[in-house]
Amino acid sequence: MRLRALPVLAVAGLLALTACGGSTSSGAASSSSSAASSSGGGALTGTLTVFAAASLTDVFTDLGDQLMADNPDLDITFNFAGSSALATQITQGAPADVFASANQTQMTVVTDAGLAEGDPTVFTENVLEIAVPQGNPAGVTGLSDFADPDLTLAICAPDVPCGAAAEQVFEAAGITAQPDTLEEDVRAALTKVELGEVDAALVYASDVQAAGDQVEGIEFPEAEDAVNEYPICTLTGSQNPEAAQAFVDLVESDTGQQALADAGFRSPSS
Amino acid sequence: MLPLLGLLVRAPWSQLLPQLAQPQVGEALRLSLVSATLATLVSLVLGVPIAWVLARSRIRGRSVLRALVTVPLVLPPVVGGVALFLVLGRQGILGRWLYETFDYTIPFTTTAVVIAETFVAMPFLVISVEGALRAADARFEDAAATLGADRWTTFRRVTLPLVAPGVAAGAVLCWARALGEFGATITFAGNFPGTTQTMPLAVYLALQSNPEGAIVLSLVLLAVSLATLLLLRDRWLGRSGVPT
Repeated sequence: MRLRALPVLAVAGLLALTACGGSTSSGAASSSSSAASSSGGGALTGTLTVFAAASLTDVFTDLGDQLMADNPDLDITFNFAGSSALATQITQGAPADVFASANQTQMTVVTDAGLAEGDPTVFTENVLEIAVPQGNPAGVTGLSDFADPDLTLAICAPDVPCGAAAEQVFEAAGITAQPDTLEEDVRAALTKVELGEVDAALVYASDVQAAGDQVEGIEFPEAEDAVNEYPICTLTGSQNPEAAQAFVDLVESDTGQQALADAGFRSPSS
Repeated sequence: MLPLLGLLVRAPWSQLLPQLAQPQVGEALRLSLVSATLATLVSLVLGVPIAWVLARSRIRGRSVLRALVTVPLVLPPVVGGVALFLVLGRQGILGRWLYETFDYTIPFTTTAVVIAETFVAMPFLVISVEGALRAADARFEDAAATLGADRWTTFRRVTLPLVAPGVAAGAVLCWARALGEFGATITFAGNFPGTTQTMPLAVYLALQSNPEGAIVLSLVLLAVSLATLLLLRDRWLGRSGVPT
């Protein structure tokens, strides 16, 4: 029920922002987020807006539910999208408290704009895996199969993170890939595997995990050449810094790390 | 109009030429124009008869047919793309047969682009033509019939000229929609430079890494489509004119 009202609040916030030309939002902010409370159990209030990479959808939704269960007066809304889209939205003034990016590049966009509170920390890692339809009908065994022009293959476009990572591993392995399509994001590539329309796609381990039984994952050693680090930070424009920090802490806690591991992510190596 | 103005204001004019010089841009633009035109032609061939059936015939199930024709208008294009997979994909109802019999697959080819665009854009043509047919006076057709013209001759010599403006308007709408098609195309046809990457796909991907480049690309697409539409309009008004 409470969640229903959130879009309205968000719109109201946006209206307030635009109404005063985006110059002063602090007045509206301090009144809406009734902060001033210790971060102990059940003490967090107000609203919290988390911008997170699309690959974090399931894990972060669960963690958000936990935090809301512990703090009944806290409302958390998520904006899950591609990291580059999120970075653009944040630099364009979208009201966000926390940003979790799927790569360092897009986090840098936000930190360079002076919008990150403190230094972002890497909270998880993701590596590429080969996704094949259930039963692996084309008999794909490793990365070298991506050079086979007879197979129908999908990789991400070089403009998006999973595509940049794919380019890296192909380069490191000395393989000239023969893809049939350069997908706009990892989920689109995965959909084509799920439908059995491609023989293999290069996606992240977490995506293979999320896809369930219809997709099988094949690990390959060259993946270590393009480990994707996920940084997280609270934002300077946050209207609810305490809750924002509490969310980041939860993600970095054992609970958060276990949830990430269950979803196919792995702990940061450094 | 305002968003258009925004594009113009924010356009990095200094980047215009270097962006245009990229071979991928020309390729994507050519592919867009060719596939949108082909999709319009296919829509004309399939859509005009469907519109005729909807407007003139008295067969049962006409309203069901009309609803089916308009479905692509309300369907999110990405869902349309998945639907096309389910029918024409390698594992699809018809596609599997094509694959097993002729070793031919449709997805990830330019054919797939044309099919996706036709699927999404044809309703615009059908609806315009149906409207024109309904507005046209059927008595002209009856008169032609009484003068000995068979149905095909009547359709070709009387009906079509009567509804020509409606067909033209529908074709323009259809072409424009096909040119801007994104969701069904990227889902069903994928995205590969030279074979399936049309301008909207190129714009979307450029937006991920190079927003300024994306603005330039959108402007190119806008300019080309506006120029084409204006040119065609002059043609029509010059040649067939306004029927009096």
